[in-house]
Amino acid sequence: MSTVLILGATSDIGMALAKKFASQKFDVQLAARRPELLEPLQSDISIRYGITSTLHAFDALKYGEHASFFNSLSPCPDVTVSVFGILDEEDLAFDDWFVAERMINTNYSGAVSILNQVARSYISRQRGTIIGISSVAGDRGRASKLIYASSKAGFTAYLAGLRNKCFKENVHVMTVQPGFVYTKMTENLSLPRPITSTPEEVAGIIYKAYQKKKNVVYVKWFWRYIMLIIKNIPEFQFKKMKL
Amino acid sequence: MKKRIANWGNYPVVESNEETFSFPDQLNQLLDEQTAFIPRGNGRCYGDASLAPRTISTLKYNKILSFDISTGIFECQSGLTLDQILEVIVPKGWFLPVTPGTKFITVGGAVASDVHGKNHHIDGSFSNHILEMDIVLDSKASITCSPQSNQDLFEATCGGMGLTGVITKVKFKLKKIETSFIRQKQTKAANLEQLIQLFDAHQHFTYSVAWIDCLKKGAHFGRSILMLGEHAHLTDLNERQRRNPLQLPRRKQINFPFNLPSWVLNETTVKAFNYLFYAKNFKKEINTVVSYEPFFYPLDAILHWNRGYGKKGFVQYQFVLPLEAKQGLIEILSRISDKGLGSFLAVLKVFGKQESIISFPKEGYTLALDFPVKPGLLEFLDELDQIVLHCGGRLYMSKDARMKPEVLQSGYPDLGKFKDIVRKYNPEGRIHSLQSDRLFLTSN
Ligand SMILES: Cc1cc2nc3c(=O)[nH]c(=O)nc-3n(C[C@H](O)[C@H](O)[C@H](O)COP(=O)(O)OP(=O)(O)OC[C@H]3O[C@@H](n4cnc5c(N)ncnc54)[C@H](O)[C@@H]3O)c2cc1C
Ligand SMILES: NC(=O)c1ccc[n+]([C@@H]2O[C@H](COP(=O)([O-])OP(=O)(O)OC[C@H]3O[C@@H](n4cnc5c(N)ncnc54)[C@H](OP(=O)(O)O)[C@@H]3O)[C@@H](O)[C@H]2O)c1
Repeated sequence: MSTVLILGATSDIGMALAKKFASQKFDVQLAARRPELLEPLQSDISIRYGITSTLHAFDALKYGEHASFFNSLSPCPDVTVSVFGILDEEDLAFDDWFVAERMINTNYSGAVSILNQVARSYISRQRGTIIGISSVAGDRGRASKLIYASSKAGFTAYLAGLRNKCFKENVHVMTVQPGFVYTKMTENLSLPRPITSTPEEVAGIIYKAYQKKKNVVYVKWFWRYIMLIIKNIPEFQFKKMKL
Repeated sequence: MKKRIANWGNYPVVESNEETFSFPDQLNQLLDEQTAFIPRGNGRCYGDASLAPRTISTLKYNKILSFDISTGIFECQSGLTLDQILEVIVPKGWFLPVTPGTKFITVGGAVASDVHGKNHHIDGSFSNHILEMDIVLDSKASITCSPQSNQDLFEATCGGMGLTGVITKVKFKLKKIETSFIRQKQTKAANLEQLIQLFDAHQHFTYSVAWIDCLKKGAHFGRSILMLGEHAHLTDLNERQRRNPLQLPRRKQINFPFNLPSWVLNETTVKAFNYLFYAKNFKKEINTVVSYEPFFYPLDAILHWNRGYGKKGFVQYQFVLPLEAKQGLIEILSRISDKGLGSFLAVLKVFGKQESIISFPKEGYTLALDFPVKPGLLEFLDELDQIVLHCGGRLYMSKDARMKPEVLQSGYPDLGKFKDIVRKYNPEGRIHSLQSDRLFLTSN
């Protein structure tokens, strides 16, 4: 039986991923800042799918604890999915360094810190898969997502580099680029229904892509083309746009 | 998020701010706002019971907490739907103790409407099988109640249409089964008199329900099919079924993609539907062993069949009359057939005795019919209400979108007691729905 580790398992996408992997008979390690919140999910997936699920305390911002956290996992997970991430009010982040820094430290630094740890372990074992949930927002910086987009851009670039570094070590790294998803993060935004996914759809697509060992997967697929268009708008024009 | 929502009858449609929670602290944050709301499950009640300008949806609060395979005790969060429960329990040899005619409802909705199935005369309603449950009040206090403790809260929550608080967790007892199949008997009745005799003669069957052609006039008035069922034993199965006696039904769902214009359901199509229905049952009596799915949930095979009633929507009218009021049943059915307002379905069941303060079931005959929304309909239903009350009957709030407060008052003798308990647990009156505003005048 294989084991998956979900970092940020209280997120809507994280919970959907836990269910998806459990339904495919993976044992599931749920890691979050407040793991006690996940007891219901733990019992749910164990009862439904007859798998073993465990809870682990993990805080992306506590870099110093990442090594001991990961080394204490038993068994060492075959797949690690990094899902945590925050999207704060950008106006606030622009004015208040505390808010901006927290976003950067969670979405970028925290992810890099824990995934370096995971990657070192996987390289030494010469096996393992790392799945990083970044965002299409990282494909091009823009005013309304100033800090969030740049933190995700950093994370996307990190995942690409890590994939390159790990390839010859038999460790696979997959980048996930979701577009709009209905979750807590976006609950107060009115998203265009035809291009917005549910967490369950996202989890299904990620699982399929994992099986096929995809490098970069857009969720849903058309976001690749939407972003391609956005990336190709010349800068002299882009800078004048309200995006 | 603000959106336009409606329940199963697509009537009425309202703008609502629908909020969700996955964890208890998120529910507390929603309650901290101190803004009026009504709890909402899967929107399968027909009318306006789970509609309000602000709704708190339980659909993300849907985890299985425990399932003891040896005793059949099952505990879950309230937003879990019955279809998901069946997938887990049936392969282990357990079944829902009571199930309505659709499996797409939440456990919270099952409690708040105190739903009944085709086995009410044997097993009672859903609340009979609850061991305990947790309710989060408007004050954020979470209270565990059961038939033994905090009894008043328990009684007012079962059938209480969400007005006491948010049901968050329910522990109930499942029913043991040997196979996932149903031994089904279908028999025809030429008229209502015969149908009632057949019901009496087959009282011992665990499940019974009749479909009535309520448009037939004259000699065939009330012609119907009585459907009876028992959970099949291993020995009832054929060889192929016996290979996997607890198998889940294969999924074959068709989706109704858009709202049909209402004329599609005019009298002629209803007649055609009924004709087809009878042609299938050409023999007097048919005995078969079928999967539980077509037996309990024949309509679930067509997702969103409610769209067949068009954009204007429909209302369902369900009432219960005491056993001795057969005449009232005949009178109501003949008024409907005279009026020709059309009803896709007319479903008749028998209720056994039940003691409760606000739940719908009480001993007698219960009939449910659909009516597409049309001019003159509401006035006509007001007339039917008078017959129901005159016979000592009452209406089901879970299906209702239009009854007058007096009708509720006369049908439910313990209404005053119910309101007192609601006032005790929801003193600010912040939990209210369009329905409760209409029926209990809770708006303020
Ligand atoms: C095709 C079909 C067949 C049906 N057959 C039957 C039948 O045979 N017998 C029967 O009894 N009913 C039947 N019903 C009605 C249905 O079972 C009930 O209306 C049920 O309550 C719907 O549950 P829901 O989860 O969709 O809740 P909703 O429709 O969203 O809400 C129903 C009520 O429950 C309250 N509620 C929901 N969740 C909670 C909660 N967590 N805490 C507090 N209050 C809550 C709401 O406020 C509202 O008053 C049928 C409905 C359909 C569409
Ligand atoms: N929703 C979208 O439209 C969308 C689009 C593109 C990409 N994404 C990305 O998808 C991922 C999942 O997001 P979601 O939409 O499912 O959001 P969500 O439900 O709001 O979840 C965010 C999660 O991040 C966790 N988190 C925040 N800070 C943390 C920390 N310091 N340590 C550990 N965990 C922390 C939160 O945990 P707590 O419960 O402890 O707060 C929460 O579980 C995110 O990376 C997000 O950027 C989302």
